[in-house]
Amino acid sequence: MPDSLLFGTEVVLNGLMAGVLYALVALGFVLIYKASGIFNYAQGVMALFAAMTLYGIMVGQVPFAHLINAIFGTHIHHFGWEVPAIIAIVLTIAVMVLFAWLVQQYIFRHLVGQEPIILFMATIGLAYFLEGVADLMWGSEIKALDVGLPQGGSFWIEENTQWMGMGNENFYGFFLDQLDLIATVIAAVLVIALVAFSQYTKQGRAMRAVADDHQAALSVGINLNFIWVLVWSVAGFVALVAGIVWGSKSGVQFSLSLIALKALPVLMLGGFTSIPGAIVGGLIIGVGEKLFEFAIGPLVGGATENWFAYVLALLFLVFRPQGLFGDKIIERV
Amino acid sequence: MFYREAGDFKISYTQDNQTFPIRFDRYRYYAVMIFAFAVVPFLINDYWANAIMLPFLIYAIAAIGLNILTGYCGQVSLGTGGFMAVGAYACYKLMTAFPDVSMFIHVLLAGGITALVGVLFGLPSLRIKGFYLAVATLAAQFFLVWLFNRVPWFYNYSASGQINAPERDVFGIIITGPNAPAWATYLFCLIFLTLCALIARNLTRGTVGRKWMAIRDMDIAAEIIGVNPLKAKMTAFAVSSFFVGISGALFFAVYLGAVEVGEVFGIQKSFLVLFMVIIGGLGSIFGSFAGAAFLVLLPVVLKVVGADMLGWPTDIVAHLQLVIVGALIIVFLIMEPHGLAQLWRVAKEKLRLWPFPH
Repeated sequence: MPDSLLFGTEVVLNGLMAGVLYALVALGFVLIYKASGIFNYAQGVMALFAAMTLYGIMVGQVPFAHLINAIFGTHIHHFGWEVPAIIAIVLTIAVMVLFAWLVQQYIFRHLVGQEPIILFMATIGLAYFLEGVADLMWGSEIKALDVGLPQGGSFWIEENTQWMGMGNENFYGFFLDQLDLIATVIAAVLVIALVAFSQYTKQGRAMRAVADDHQAALSVGINLNFIWVLVWSVAGFVALVAGIVWGSKSGVQFSLSLIALKALPVLMLGGFTSIPGAIVGGLIIGVGEKLFEFAIGPLVGGATENWFAYVLALLFLVFRPQGLFGDKIIERV
Repeated sequence: MFYREAGDFKISYTQDNQTFPIRFDRYRYYAVMIFAFAVVPFLINDYWANAIMLPFLIYAIAAIGLNILTGYCGQVSLGTGGFMAVGAYACYKLMTAFPDVSMFIHVLLAGGITALVGVLFGLPSLRIKGFYLAVATLAAQFFLVWLFNRVPWFYNYSASGQINAPERDVFGIIITGPNAPAWATYLFCLIFLTLCALIARNLTRGTVGRKWMAIRDMDIAAEIIGVNPLKAKMTAFAVSSFFVGISGALFFAVYLGAVEVGEVFGIQKSFLVLFMVIIGGLGSIFGSFAGAAFLVLLPVVLKVVGADMLGWPTDIVAHLQLVIVGALIIVFLIMEPHGLAQLWRVAKEKLRLWPFPH
């Protein structure tokens, strides 16, 4: 096979992996949007916050140490213990549940019945707030998160795909990052778990009922407040998973919160209300932007990944305003 | 006591159509204008101009622009930073291509070019709305910033990729560059702000503005009563982008002098202007001023109180600022979704009845 074709295939494969990661973030958006009609811009910052909290607990950082030192003139920084990853993850989930409860109790309970755009802006405010709190709590330096996920290229795949070069001596097999492979598996498991949860459990069905019609759900005795806390907790959990995967890949730092921006075109493409849409949209965007950068990027100066996803989604929306799998938008006067 | 209408008779249609129909309001407006034009220029120094007055005036123009699009026409835009960049780069290209032409014309032309770009990126709003549109405007934001970063023609092939404002004057008074006096830059921006505010105020209470508001309140119903959504939305995008482009041009040429596009006109700028509009009040010209003043003053006040008076490290103050801005946005949305402008309106109502409220 010729070089460019092989290289192109590798680009597609890596694009698929990146797409899975985008889909992972997009999932959190879809969950909250479906259940409460809130378009949660803070999802990316939640991933950052979750990853920072996980790291902080693992190395035993004192929360708000910097602030306390500045006010009281002390010099505390670490508790001096280290927590194993698995316990730290459980504790972080507890923190995210607490966060979900706080958000519901103090913000969105007061905004019920407001216009969607007001809710959206509230989540932008929440994103700023959470970002500031995360920095104050754990410090803003870049942290290397290591929860034991494998890193580096997968030699197994490289060796076992070498035959596909068909005698081409420049080809040593496909290079795939092990972390990306794991992320793909995690995302797949997460999606299956979420679908199973919303189809087969009592709470999951209640969640879908709320998504369908708030008032009807209320009138058959579903506790709306509880469901919303539940949804935010699940979104917090998804954010934690995304935070772990992205944090292991490129360190826990501010740019982690920008993955939310990457997830937006995914949502537009797939439709805000569809879980399969988030997956398919993520894959299309992942492959599309990598291929575009590979084929057209060098001609126009590179770094097209910044905007390609948006322009693709925009062009797509002009022909299908509700996205690939979204509910048809019906308006009545 | 104040805001009394009693005895304030209107005896012609012209008087009935005044911008400020209440006499007290009108005198207050004249007083503010005289103070801004005739007193402040004599008092202003470099620190006040660069730290407070110039950012306030320029952000107020941008906030009015975004308010027209989001507050009056209901089309949420997250591309303000990108459109400001268009204004800045258009101004830069014009300044370097025609050095002899007055800065006034350059800034106005920069606004006009931005209006064209705005209409182009506003076209999808005919098909998509709400969140989908908000995200679609992000396409403009990222694409425009990338374009100005990557195509050397826009920054005249300079080695650093930055654009630097050369020295230009208006009627012999230097406006741009490091040698410009504080009062001149202040007056230059103030004139643009005054013009923009007057235009915006009169557009929004006329036919065009009512069409925008009809589209905002319910676009299908508006279409049925005979508002052309194509025209209404495109004019909103054009006027809004015109103002935003002017503010971008001033921001670059008069305020900063040198600009690196990704840093100055990134997505954060879009959110900042959006926050000004929300905190100030959606659908209010006064709100745009109040929001801009609030968010320009907040970091200055926090810095003075936190870093200078309490002696805290600057990074903590910066993080606290994020927390406070975020919390304020949420508090405003919960307590007063119509922003500072609504507080002002309520205060005016109270003042009108003041000594005898019953």
